Amino acid sequence: MTAVRTLRGPLLLTVTLLVAWQLLHQWAGDTALTAPLPTLGHLWEMIGQKRFVPHVTETGLAFLQALAISWIGGVGIGVLLGGHKLSGEVAEPILVGIYSLPKITLYPVILLLFGLGMSAKVAFGALHGIIPVALFTMNAVRNVNRTYPRAGRSMRLSPAQTAWHILIPATLPEVFTGLRIGFSLTLLGTMLGELFASQRGLGFLLMTAIDLNDVQTILAIAVLISLFAVAANSILLAIDKRLHRGAAA
Amino acid sequence: MSKAGLIRLVVLVAFFGAVEALCRTGVISPKLVIAPTAMVEAMVNMLASGEMNDDIRQTLSSVGIAMGLSIVGGFALGCVLYWAPPLRRTFDPFLAAYYSLPHFAFYPLLIVIFGLGSLPLIVLATLFAMVAMILATLTGLDRIPRVLIKTARMQRLSLLAEIWHIRLPAAAPHLFSGLKLAVTYSFIGVIAGEFIVSTSGLGHQIAFAYDNFDNRTMYGLILFVLCIAIVFNLLVFAYERRLARQRGL
Repeated sequence: MTAVRTLRGPLLLTVTLLVAWQLLHQWAGDTALTAPLPTLGHLWEMIGQKRFVPHVTETGLAFLQALAISWIGGVGIGVLLGGHKLSGEVAEPILVGIYSLPKITLYPVILLLFGLGMSAKVAFGALHGIIPVALFTMNAVRNVNRTYPRAGRSMRLSPAQTAWHILIPATLPEVFTGLRIGFSLTLLGTMLGELFASQRGLGFLLMTAIDLNDVQTILAIAVLISLFAVAANSILLAIDKRLHRGAAA
Repeated sequence: MSKAGLIRLVVLVAFFGAVEALCRTGVISPKLVIAPTAMVEAMVNMLASGEMNDDIRQTLSSVGIAMGLSIVGGFALGCVLYWAPPLRRTFDPFLAAYYSLPHFAFYPLLIVIFGLGSLPLIVLATLFAMVAMILATLTGLDRIPRVLIKTARMQRLSLLAEIWHIRLPAAAPHLFSGLKLAVTYSFIGVIAGEFIVSTSGLGHQIAFAYDNFDNRTMYGLILFVLCIAIVFNLLVFAYERRLARQRGL
């Protein structure tokens, strides 16, 4: 029963979206929007093709590298800034300021600094993801209840034990929320990076399809990326909710 | 000024001073980054000459319209979803995954549907920015302390009075963070759209300057866009501060 309950929302949504897509197709015609079924068929066909694989690997690799930088770098920066009060106070408005800038305008600068190719995409993805991760981690570290480390000290825990048994469990839920948001933004950044000036990857395929006005391919790639994004996000969100519930209990 | 504020100022000045020095001494090639003072000079010259006025007007009006639509619409939709939990449960997975979708993949479809010009850009930016406002509205309304609503009941406030005097002020901090995100996302939506497919506007001019190795124009334009975004954020920030002070926080 609970399974039906949890699945009802997403299922209803999927059906709604598919119906809306079909209706929009009827209204706009084949040149603007291909129907859902042929598009999905086209996607299936594309995945089977050999020339498609290197593009997916390219995008996947760029995304994974960017994700590693934003997660590890973001948590590192966050722990440092959260642990040291003054540097946290100095850095927070700067980070929030950078976070709220439209970073897309900086893309040409990234291209100039990193050159065309993989490193520019990775840098742009990491630039999007690293700051939210750092901000969430910083707040998590800052908000650790003071009595916890004190309790640890009264039990004479070693620093490693304090970190493992106290600090990590206390900060994990908030940090994980940061990681989840960082994941989405890194994906957005990497995809944006691929759309402009790239020679391989899904973004490149997308741009080629846009130039050729190949609607079916555009939609197929959009669906593929969306499916990946939604699936990954749902998993992360489920873990996130579980962690927060555990923390509240 | 507080100690943290002072250090922050020193850090920022030192950073830009270092970049300036490295650029002026030629350690950083002007082909990559031009000196910050040269950027400012380029921006001032560009504004004084008025050559970009049409593009500025076009981009800013697109951003303005998208911003207005997404803030008002996002707030309204957020309220609707808040009052209708079944609807909200259905759309929750969509909202949660929204920012991991590759919006720009849908750009060609918007062109086919809405024609060339500013309209598809405005639609894209509005779609992109509105969900941030919806999410912020939902969070804001969710987090109103029960006590405040009970107080409203005790005072027998009418529904309108309750919304105006209790609910809106209590949700305001989240609404403001939604507002700031909506501004940034409107900029990203319009400028990224202009980067990809457009023949005018600031995004197009930045991409054009990049393609022509015209770094002075490019950095001048980038600085201009960032300045507008920063000024807007500072205005919202100042207003937020004032509201918080009025409430004695």
